[in-house]
Amino acid sequence: MPSQPSVFPDKPLWESPGTSRIPFAVYTSEQLHQRELDRFFYRGHWNYVGLEAEIPLAGDFKRTVVGERSVLMVRDKDGAVHVVENVCAHRGMQFCRERHGNRKEFTCPYHQWSYTLSGDLQGVPFRRGVRQDGKVNGGMPADFDLKQNGLTQLKVACRGGVVFASFDHDVEPLEDFLGPVILGYFDRLFNGRKLKVLGYNRQRIPGNWKLMQENIKDPYHPGLLHTWFVTFGLWRADNKSELKMDARHRHAAMISTRGQSGAAAQVTQVSSFKESMQLQDDRFLDIVPEVWWGGPTAVMTTLFPSVILQQQVNSVSTRHIQPDGHGAFNFEWTHFGFDDDDAAMTRRRLRQANLFGPAGFVSADDGEVIEFSQRGFESKPAHRALAELGGRDVGDTDHMVTETLIRGMYQYWREVMEQEDAQ
Amino acid sequence: MTVAIDPQDYLALTQLHAQYAAVVDAADWDAWCDMFTEDCIYKLIPRENHERGLPLATMDFESRGMLKDRAFAIRETLFHDPYYQRHVVGAPRVLEVARDRIVCESNYAVFRTKLSELTTVFNVGRYLDTVVRTDATWRFAERLCVYDSELIANSIIYPI
Repeated sequence: MPSQPSVFPDKPLWESPGTSRIPFAVYTSEQLHQRELDRFFYRGHWNYVGLEAEIPLAGDFKRTVVGERSVLMVRDKDGAVHVVENVCAHRGMQFCRERHGNRKEFTCPYHQWSYTLSGDLQGVPFRRGVRQDGKVNGGMPADFDLKQNGLTQLKVACRGGVVFASFDHDVEPLEDFLGPVILGYFDRLFNGRKLKVLGYNRQRIPGNWKLMQENIKDPYHPGLLHTWFVTFGLWRADNKSELKMDARHRHAAMISTRGQSGAAAQVTQVSSFKESMQLQDDRFLDIVPEVWWGGPTAVMTTLFPSVILQQQVNSVSTRHIQPDGHGAFNFEWTHFGFDDDDAAMTRRRLRQANLFGPAGFVSADDGEVIEFSQRGFESKPAHRALAELGGRDVGDTDHMVTETLIRGMYQYWREVMEQEDAQ
Repeated sequence: MTVAIDPQDYLALTQLHAQYAAVVDAADWDAWCDMFTEDCIYKLIPRENHERGLPLATMDFESRGMLKDRAFAIRETLFHDPYYQRHVVGAPRVLEVARDRIVCESNYAVFRTKLSELTTVFNVGRYLDTVVRTDATWRFAERLCVYDSELIANSIIYPI
C-alpha cells in the first residue's frame, strides 16, 4: 500500500526551528489546548479580568474568567480589589451566578458556606454538629480549619484602573511581565485618569483563541480585508507605522499615524477601492485628536494571552479573549471613556464604536475569517499556515508589511509549550 | 393597561411591522432605509447595556444617512459568510398614542440560515419603537432592538 501520510498527526510538526510555517495542529488539539491553559492562563502569566471602574463601590463584584476558570473580581470594604475563584471549597459549585452585583459576603446556596469578599471561609453550618437528646450529632472533624478551606485567591495587580490576576503567586511583577516598551503603550492609554464604562459587546467566535491574538498582530490584512477602512481613508499603506514587541515577543503594539499625502489608490493596491465614496453621514469619522495620543492615531496592543487593548482614533476598548475548548472562544468588548469626557466626546466614542465589535464596519469580518481559518485547520491538521511576509525572522519594524509579530508570538509559544513538564 | 388607538392606525402599525420584516428578510436595504425618518435613531442594544443604563450599542445609528452607510457596507465592504435571516415578530403592544405618533413594543425572533447548514436561532429580543406619520406614511422615528441573546453567533452583518 502506498504510504500517504496521515491527515491527522499525533502532534504539531514544525518544518523548521523557525515559526514562519505554523502547523494547523496547534489549533486543533484538545490536549494541546489544555496544556496552553496550564502554561499560559494558569501559570506564569497575568490575565486581564476587568476595569476598576466596573466595581467602584465596596462590595461590588463582577464575574468573569481566567482562561476557562470562573472568577470574581470584587472590591472589599477597605477599597482593595480581590480576585477569587468562583468554586466553593466544599462541593466545587460555581456558586455565583449573577454577572455583577453588590455583596457583603459570598454564600454558596448549596450548603450555605460563607466567605468574606476576599475569599476567606467564615462559616460552615453545623460545624459543631447538632445537639439532640444530650448528644452532639455530626459536625465537622475537630481539626477542620476554616483557614485551610477558603476560596482560591488569585494574585492581583492593578495599574491605571485595569485589573489583572494570576493563579500563580510566583508570577513576575506585572511591569516586568509587560516589559518597558509595552508598558509605555499601556500607560499611554491608562495614564491614571478615571475610566467610565460605556458598555459591553459579547460574541462567540468558533475558532481557536490564538487566532484573535494573531489577528491583532497581523497588519497585512486591515487594508485588504477591511475595505471599509480603505474606502473611507482610515487605513493607508503609507500610514507611518511601527511594530514593537516585548523582549520575549509575546506582547506587541501596532502603532500607526494616519498618512495625509497622495491619492490613497496609489498606495493601497486594493482592487475594490472606491476613492470617490463619501459617507452619507460622516459623523462616523468625526475624529478629534486627543492630547494623550502623543502622535499616533491608532495603537493596538496585544497582551498575551488574554487581552487586546484598542485605541483606534477616539474609540477605546478592552477585548477579553475567553477560550472555550480548542475550537471556540467568547470575545468580550468593554468600551470606555474617561471621566473628563464631555457629552460630545462620549457620543463620539459611541459613534465610532460602530466600526468595532460583532457588527463593526471593520471588526465583523475578523470573526468571519477566523471561523473559516479554523474550518480549514480542522479539515487537514497535518498541513501548515504561512506567515512569511517580511521574511522568516522576528524583530521590531518601522513598517506594516510584515507578519513578524505572529512569528514572534509562536517563537514564545514554542519556547513555553515545548518544555518538558517538570511536575 | 390598554391604550386607546384608532383601529385604522393599529392596522397601519401592524402593516408597518410586517413590511419591516419582509424588507430585512429580503435583504432590500434601500427599502429598509426608506422605512425610517431622516433624523431617525436605530440601535441594536444588548439587554444588559439597556437595563444597566450603559449607552453602548452594537449598532448605533442616528440618521437615515447612517443607515445608507450601513447598506453600502453590507453590499460593498463587509466580508461575511452569506446567510438568510427570517424574522418572526409579535403583535405590537401600544404604549402611547399621540397625534401622528405611536410608541409601541413587540417581541422578535430572528432565525439564521447559512448555506449548507442547519437553521439556528440567531437573535431574540424586543423592538421599542416610536413611529410617526409624515405625508400619510408611517415611518420609524426610533427603533431600538434590545436583544436577550447573551452571545452574538460570531457576527451580525444585516440589521435586525
